[in-house]
Amino acid sequence: MRAILLLLLLGGCASGTNWGWYVIDPTTPAGWTNIKFLVGGMGATIQLSLIAAALSITLGLIVALPALSERRALRIVNRVYVEVIRAIPLLPMLFWVFYGLPIIFRQMGLTVPIDPFWGAIITLAVSDSAFTAEIYRAGIQSIARGQTEAAKTIGLSYAQTMRYVVLPQAVRRILPPLANQFIYIVKMSAFASVIGMQELTRRANELVVTEYRPLEIYTLLILEYLVLVLIISAAVRWLERRMGADER
Amino acid sequence: MTEPMIEMRGVNKWFGDFHVLRDIDLTVAEGEKVVICGPSGSGKSTVVRLISRLEVHETGTIRVSGGDPSQASGRDVGMVFQQFNLFPHLTVLQNLTLGPRKALKLSRAEAEDRARRFLARVKIPEQEGKRPGQLSGGQQQRVAIARALCMEPKVMLFDEPTSALDPEMIAEVLDVMVELAEGGMTMVVVTHEMGFARKVADRMVFMDQGEIVETGPPAAFFERPKSERCRTFLGQILSH
Repeated sequence: MRAILLLLLLGGCASGTNWGWYVIDPTTPAGWTNIKFLVGGMGATIQLSLIAAALSITLGLIVALPALSERRALRIVNRVYVEVIRAIPLLPMLFWVFYGLPIIFRQMGLTVPIDPFWGAIITLAVSDSAFTAEIYRAGIQSIARGQTEAAKTIGLSYAQTMRYVVLPQAVRRILPPLANQFIYIVKMSAFASVIGMQELTRRANELVVTEYRPLEIYTLLILEYLVLVLIISAAVRWLERRMGADER
Repeated sequence: MTEPMIEMRGVNKWFGDFHVLRDIDLTVAEGEKVVICGPSGSGKSTVVRLISRLEVHETGTIRVSGGDPSQASGRDVGMVFQQFNLFPHLTVLQNLTLGPRKALKLSRAEAEDRARRFLARVKIPEQEGKRPGQLSGGQQQRVAIARALCMEPKVMLFDEPTSALDPEMIAEVLDVMVELAEGGMTMVVVTHEMGFARKVADRMVFMDQGEIVETGPPAAFFERPKSERCRTFLGQILSH
């Protein structure tokens, strides 16, 4: 059954009248130019994702720490941040940051231009930080209380306990879900296309408008993301293996 | 008379509505060895956890080596836990040097010298490169004792140090504790090891339901317990 479906699909791809692979045929000059244009968005997608992820894992830790405090007020700060940020869909937040935030800055007498690149990064990082904060919190709380107690009895401060005892142990539990979040960021970076960021999705949209070949172009677009995500997955598995080996 | 090493006066502690400790008065002199026993839930662990400042009490005062009772230094007190609580991601040597290097600001060489000295004292000098997970329970607990000693505390507290150990490992840990006692260390030990208590304790403390019910020298304590509760308890743990 599955073989038949696959054959139908392949047959359709190869000869059906619905397909027009010429638009991205590397053997023709026009097709090659189109491919270069589409894949040319890769650098921006990678940059967006990497910077947003770096900011998110930093911001996430800062947001997570109050959750572990004994003071109720600090825990509430964390809860409010996580619940509010997690509840805002990415696209409205992106519009708010890109179109709304500059107005607030202007009213404060500041001229802070927010270009599509930084608008997208801020949105991705903040939106994702609520999730990374929860990952940190769970990871840190999974470290037995005896560890922090032992650290206290040998005179370590709170910061030293985190730095030398808790985080090194928590990181092994935090890394796999954090990697999942990175994959999520890579995929969500596609939203940057709507504010004009020249990344993979934007380029595909622009080419579709001139070539009228959405099926082929968006198929290639999906393959581009697929390759990117599979590479990240492989890198994460390698990293996990290395850290696991280190623990034993 | 010299200043007591530990002085608890009228200490009360609650966990929520639960009154865990009631009017605890306990004084431990320098070099004295006190063994605390009692049924589970009697508050005996809470007493050592208060002395080590892992818990806070609601009323009363606790002074350690004449220090300000409000000051939470914690460095005069070494603590050994039932579950060892070694740092699994660090080697044995790193477990021992972490406190001296980061809290006492010793150089790496000084801290390692000190760590090796105490590893020799707990008789596992050859294991310094291993991780806790590669050691037996008895070895882990001896490493934990050495880790506490590396801070050169004035008092050592033990919270049921052999309760999580297989029977054949208990002796090696108790031997180390006996040697430590013979070296003159002030010790407060929560344990059910009554053989150890007879050999080492200067004073027995029996607790039940958050109160100190009875205290006395081991000979009298074991031969002629005064209270009915203490007699029942000793009957239960010594009968088999």
